[in-house]
Amino acid sequence: MSQHLIQTDVKSTLSTAEIAAIDAEIAHLPYTSAAAIDALKIVQAARGWVSDECLIAIAKHLDMSVEQLEGIATFYNLIYRQPVGDKVILFCNSVSCWICDCDKVKERISDLLEIDYGETTTNNRYTLLPVPCLGACDRAPVMMVGDDLITHLDDEIIETLFGPNQQAQSD
Amino acid sequence: MPKIIVDGQTLEVSQGENVLQACLNAGLDLPYFCWHPAMGSIGSCRQCALVQYQNEHDTHGRLIMGCMTAVTDGARFSMDTSNAVEFRKAVIESLMLNHPHDCPVCAEGGECHLQDMTVMVKHRDRRYTGKKNTHRNQYLGPLIHHEMNRCITCYRCERFYQNYAGGTDLGAQASRDRLYFGRQTDGVLESEFSGNLVEVCPTGVFTDKPFLADYSRKWDLQSAPSICGGCGVGCNIAPGERYGRLKRVHNRYNHEVNGYFICDRGRFGNAYVNSQKRLNYPGLQMPDGRFKAIDHQAALSRAAHWMKNKRVVGIGSPRASIESNYVLQTWLGAKQFCAGFSEREGALTCGIVEILQATRAINPSIKQMESADAVLVLGEDLTNSAPRVALALRQAVRNKSIAMAEQIGIPEWQDAAVRNLAQDALSPLIIVSSAATRLDDIASHVHTLAPNDIANFGDVLIEHLRGNISEDVDIINIADCLMTAKSPLIISGVSLLERGILDSAAGLAETLYDHNPHTMLSLCAPEANSIGAAMLSHTDNLSLAQITERASDIDVLVVLENDLTRRLDPTSMQQLIASGTTIIALDILENETLNHATLALPAASFAESQGTLINMEGRAQRFFPAFKPAHERQPSWQWLLHLAALDGHGELSKIIHFDEIVHACAQQHSPLARLTEVAPDHSFRRHGQKIPRQTPRYSGRTAMSADLSVHEPQQPKDLETPLAFSMEGVNQNQPAALKSFVWSPGWNSNQAIQKFQAETQKPSVGVSSGIRLLISSGKGIPHTSTDRTAFAQSNGWQLIPIQCLHGSEELSAYTDEIAELAGDPFVALTESCALELQVAAGDGVILSSNNVNLSLAVKIVARMAKNCIGFSAGYTQTLSLSAGSHVQLQRDPNWRPFKPLVIASDRRPNAQLRHNRHG
Ligand code: SF4
Ligand code: SF4
Ligand code: FES
Ligand code: FES
Repeated sequence: MSQHLIQTDVKSTLSTAEIAAIDAEIAHLPYTSAAAIDALKIVQAARGWVSDECLIAIAKHLDMSVEQLEGIATFYNLIYRQPVGDKVILFCNSVSCWICDCDKVKERISDLLEIDYGETTTNNRYTLLPVPCLGACDRAPVMMVGDDLITHLDDEIIETLFGPNQQAQSD
Repeated sequence: MPKIIVDGQTLEVSQGENVLQACLNAGLDLPYFCWHPAMGSIGSCRQCALVQYQNEHDTHGRLIMGCMTAVTDGARFSMDTSNAVEFRKAVIESLMLNHPHDCPVCAEGGECHLQDMTVMVKHRDRRYTGKKNTHRNQYLGPLIHHEMNRCITCYRCERFYQNYAGGTDLGAQASRDRLYFGRQTDGVLESEFSGNLVEVCPTGVFTDKPFLADYSRKWDLQSAPSICGGCGVGCNIAPGERYGRLKRVHNRYNHEVNGYFICDRGRFGNAYVNSQKRLNYPGLQMPDGRFKAIDHQAALSRAAHWMKNKRVVGIGSPRASIESNYVLQTWLGAKQFCAGFSEREGALTCGIVEILQATRAINPSIKQMESADAVLVLGEDLTNSAPRVALALRQAVRNKSIAMAEQIGIPEWQDAAVRNLAQDALSPLIIVSSAATRLDDIASHVHTLAPNDIANFGDVLIEHLRGNISEDVDIINIADCLMTAKSPLIISGVSLLERGILDSAAGLAETLYDHNPHTMLSLCAPEANSIGAAMLSHTDNLSLAQITERASDIDVLVVLENDLTRRLDPTSMQQLIASGTTIIALDILENETLNHATLALPAASFAESQGTLINMEGRAQRFFPAFKPAHERQPSWQWLLHLAALDGHGELSKIIHFDEIVHACAQQHSPLARLTEVAPDHSFRRHGQKIPRQTPRYSGRTAMSADLSVHEPQQPKDLETPLAFSMEGVNQNQPAALKSFVWSPGWNSNQAIQKFQAETQKPSVGVSSGIRLLISSGKGIPHTSTDRTAFAQSNGWQLIPIQCLHGSEELSAYTDEIAELAGDPFVALTESCALELQVAAGDGVILSSNNVNLSLAVKIVARMAKNCIGFSAGYTQTLSLSAGSHVQLQRDPNWRPFKPLVIASDRRPNAQLRHNRHG
């Protein structure tokens, strides 16, 4: 077993609630390691992202090697292995949205928030990520901000969401 | 036999194989990456595409992957149709998008499967002009170098490392074109088989790190067929030499023994051949204790003078060849010869031979072990004591999943499907040992017992199988597993130095045999020629104890490749030295015995000499020199022939050549009668020519030593073997025992081996997988249930020897990288025991008994028999510890953990390399 696996203490890294939620998943599954994705999602829901310490603790709790869990964590784009802002903007740039000129909308977001794909605002409020299709093509262009789906995007909507007024207000 | 049609050509194929195999077997060059003969197919690289047609009227066809398509009688395919050709070319081109143009600085270059396949599909021009992906490389320890940019994402590394070899700390990460193969963070690879990545990876991502630090191209290496001396398994290897140095060791395919894989000790543990501790000249000890170098004439005449009309006694060695041992014993006579075992090893090794000569059970080859569907291991941590056997057992436990797949019609080579179906279903593997083993992760039952309790456990199991029903649930379960298996396998060995374990393993196999004639029994011997030395031994032989007790009666003691400090307890060793007997010691490296010798003679290593070794199964195999011994080094058998001749031995003084020793030995020892068949003798020729050791492209032969002399040196002659120190000769269709390297036009990597096999994963053509000399009479072993007293709690801890892949074996421990991985000598404790002693991993303890007092590192292990503690076996610092004895432990407050890990291969100064340049 790797040295870091031995040294990490699951209980002091993960919260009781997290461990309980993971154990609830495990109870439904034939193999402990089958709970890997759920466990990563549980921890990410609580903390916004999955740090190395958490990854190691989860691996230990699921009786997997860190390499095996890292393979799963990094396979999925929406498991964040780096800190993200309070809200993640999942901006669709796939075909329907592209036809509806989403590129322009994205430009506007980038201008207002001063971030490109993969970046987080300096005030740590937003992280901007591209996604291929949110399944709302009929309302293109679309994006998600946190858990909210926002459709029919145009400059006005972007302005209201991310414009200087909006930003100042909530600061 | 089904037939398939490929481009109009009808091929006879084997039932159940896939189209890629069928094409390769027919000699067709169908490119592939992810398929591996021992690991099956996953269809991930898309390189082996062909077009399949529905029937003779179908002219369009559809693309299929050869490795994912089973042959069916009458099926029609095309490799050559433009569709397939273009597709394969496009696959390579896409793999090349991110592959660097760095062949000249890549250690894989010249033996790269990717190069071969690229040339094969005729992809030449790179059209992609964009940016290539780059990755950060990881530090993976002293053995393996990582260069991730070269990856073509075939997944072979992960599949070997995790699925085949059971490692957990290397695997695939991320996805798409960010795919990465490595560890989670930098660190030493944990698997004992990590070195196989070098050969498994079709590109230069994983390369041999020590080789990289002292590099030559494959085509510039001079190689010879050889046998690993690392343990009793006897894997076949191909050492490669240049500039008088052993550069690297590659796997050499032997269907029955190692197949495609060897362990890290075998691959990386041979650099001692280049060590500064090698003897170059005979050394005569001066009164001040220092050695004076003399030439061999002077050395021999000295020896002759001492020996004249004196009592000369010889000590042989289980790590020296049959031939060297034979010459020594024949010269001095059985009554003045000792096989060179310690008392305990000797009794146990002879015990193995006796058992294997009588058992009715099958004594399996390593390959055969993979067919077992229930395995019981008694008292061994095989991964550390017989590593390649452990790798075979990792395949054996998969028999359950293969059977599950067979039931629903999935062929075994459909690797991902079989694994998906079976999940963690494994055939039973029962491990009864004194401490944690590296196979515990796949064991169905694990029992932790002190050595003699392991023997008792076996006996209870025997009684149960014979009808004296036990009430112990474990015994009932285990008996059930063994009784319901089609091919049960019992494995044991001598690691714990407990004869009772061998007997109960043998008894178990006998009892099971009564129910099932497919029962297998395998016993692991510790050293490369342990079995050979035992087979040569004679009841008249002296024991080491007899020699040390009466040492003053001996005038001259000739010690053959044997460091007696590893066989004798310190007091006996002192006794021997104090006796004042003249010691003539032949060995490869400086050691304690040589330090006390009056005359030290420099012996050639395995890479510079030839000989026969008999492995744990009783298989005799020949190793050949890859290069000529430098300076005054000579193979031990040659030194001994000279000494015998000077001593006036009639018969031996007539012998000049190696083959004559083989013949004489075969004639005189009836169990060794087939020694002559192990490999062709020196007169063997292929089309009238010798077999080359150098590749056709060997470069710089005439310029290599131009910095020393402008005169072109003559190539050394080889009068002893059918091989030539040259590129001239015919490297074609010779017996496998004479295959120096594998190469075939268009196939420069080790994957060329398939060109020399009748079928992939089958024996090489012109088979010689060695000759089984240990044949059982089949008369069976009468079972006598000995009443062993259960381990009684006495004062102190009972010492259990812990075998370590890196560190326990004498010669490999002289290799820098191995010494680094071996780390500090240790005491192995369980967590709870450590708690009791108030120590943790990284602390030190003082271990004491009547005559020893040692400060050792603490190593925490998952399980350890009650009242027992382990110690690092075979480390020079712990040689004075005796297995089974009792010791006291206490925390060592002054302990400092030794040096942090330094990368030996990165540390070796270039200056030293230059110094070594000409040997
Ligand atoms: S590192 Fe080598 S073996 Fe592993 S996926 Fe890449 S090319 Fe294949
Ligand atoms: S298993 Fe034994 S013989 Fe095989 S390579 Fe390893 S040390 Fe050598
Ligand atoms: S393409 Fe944007 S939601 Fe489907
Ligand atoms: S070898 Fe067939 S797909 Fe890779």
